[in-house]
Amino acid sequence: MFDFLSDYDDPTLLGAFWVTVQLTVLSAIGSLIWGTLLAAMRVSPVPLMRGFGTAYVNIVRNIPLTVIIVFTSLGLANIFGVTMGAPDDFEAKAFRLAVLGLVAYTAAFVCEAIRSGINTVPVGQAEAARAIGLSFSQILRLIVLPQAFRSVIGPLANVLIALTKNTTVAAAIGVAEAALLMKEMIENEAQTVLIGAIFAFGFVVLTLPTGLFLGWLSKRLAVKR
Amino acid sequence: MTSVLYDAPGPRAKRRNVLFSVLFFVLLALLLWWIWQTLDDKGQLEWALWKPFTTSEAWTTYLLPGLADTLKAAALSMVIALPLGAVLGIARMSDHRWVRIPAGAVVEFFRAIPVLLLMLFANEFYVRSTGIPSDERPLYAVVTGLVLYNASVLAEIVRAGILSLPKGQSEAAMAIGLRKSQTMSSILLPQAVTAMLPAIVSQLVVIVKDTALGGVMLGFTELLNTRSTLAANYANVVPSFIVVAVIFIVLNFILTSFASWLERRLRRSKRSTGAVLGADKVDDVNAAEVGGSYGTGAGGSI
Repeated sequence: MFDFLSDYDDPTLLGAFWVTVQLTVLSAIGSLIWGTLLAAMRVSPVPLMRGFGTAYVNIVRNIPLTVIIVFTSLGLANIFGVTMGAPDDFEAKAFRLAVLGLVAYTAAFVCEAIRSGINTVPVGQAEAARAIGLSFSQILRLIVLPQAFRSVIGPLANVLIALTKNTTVAAAIGVAEAALLMKEMIENEAQTVLIGAIFAFGFVVLTLPTGLFLGWLSKRLAVKR
Repeated sequence: MTSVLYDAPGPRAKRRNVLFSVLFFVLLALLLWWIWQTLDDKGQLEWALWKPFTTSEAWTTYLLPGLADTLKAAALSMVIALPLGAVLGIARMSDHRWVRIPAGAVVEFFRAIPVLLLMLFANEFYVRSTGIPSDERPLYAVVTGLVLYNASVLAEIVRAGILSLPKGQSEAAMAIGLRKSQTMSSILLPQAVTAMLPAIVSQLVVIVKDTALGGVMLGFTELLNTRSTLAANYANVVPSFIVVAVIFIVLNFILTSFASWLERRLRRSKRSTGAVLGADKVDDVNAAEVGGSYGTGAGGSI
């Protein structure tokens, strides 16, 4: 029943899912960093930075991820010459450009999640902290950020899970991840339903435990008000 | 401006803010200058490449038909997914275990799988098992994928909408002797529909964006797909991307603004129960709270 799997050795089934995992992890790290920077800009006292953050989030959120990913390949690589350090290696270039596109897109949602976390902290908390004489860095370190981080685990978990599913869009520029392999397999093999089930199972395995664990964590750490 | 992060600025903080403004402006200007220079070097700024968009031909042959297909797929998916989602959502809150558990499993399953996989599978399924002509198949496949995914997301929205209503509503209905189905259909659902309108409108944005997947992977003739034919014709890669992106941004921005306007308006109105479901509230529902034993599963409708 599973004989046909041995016909696929570049990439193998596990290899394709490994690429999916790599895409997810690298994009998650990148978008957490870029998203935090964006969130910092959006809540900063400098109007120009706030404006840039708001514009970035509103523009990027409303463009389909597919358009962004296809643009990284046709626009950024071919016109702007952005090759992410791999001008000749087609596979590495496509992979890195996909990560770039995923980071640019996901960061907008990370930014919104973090910003909403900061907004859940009542201003009274900071005022009380100032009243007992804490310095700015102490307020940030001891009062605001701990409460903000604990309230954003849930939303960030949702972003992470959506990112895992969104990595399939990288198939549009030829990154050999799970969706591209599935497309190839169901076109060549007769067992459409079986192949569909295998790949569906793969994604359930990737997303469900993450959701359960982070959901449990966010419940446990939530600040009760 | 006082916020939880900083107090009203004093003279030193004001000077620092000005310094940051100037630094940030310089960085931004350098980036824009680099983009402009590169575009100019590659000849992407020449008027000949932009001119097509001022003529009616580019719009009537490529962009508008593409946009029409995008909107058609989005509208069809929404219209089919809404009733399906309502049924699944209500089934998931049933008192009967044999209804609740299968409905929950279906919802969690389709939320956990990427839409692209559903579309690819539907496409191949239609090729093998049905006689749908090949030029209509991409539309069918795209709509099927979007319906399966969004029906399960909408099921969660419906459930969240009903759960967001005050308990007193269903208790009062029981007290005056309404049956469970009557309570649901004449008390809870009408109020829940109002509460979840903003969330439903925001879900439309997700659907509009996801149609673009069909364009690249299945050859569905939506906006992103017609863009590539357009660019092949006029050799204007960057300009065509910019125009298409702007169309998507404007379309989705209108939908997002409409959703938040609706949310504000519903919160204000005196006749509602005060239960309003914003776009971001949907994934906060947890199965455990309503008696199921499923996880929060694959949330995040972005």
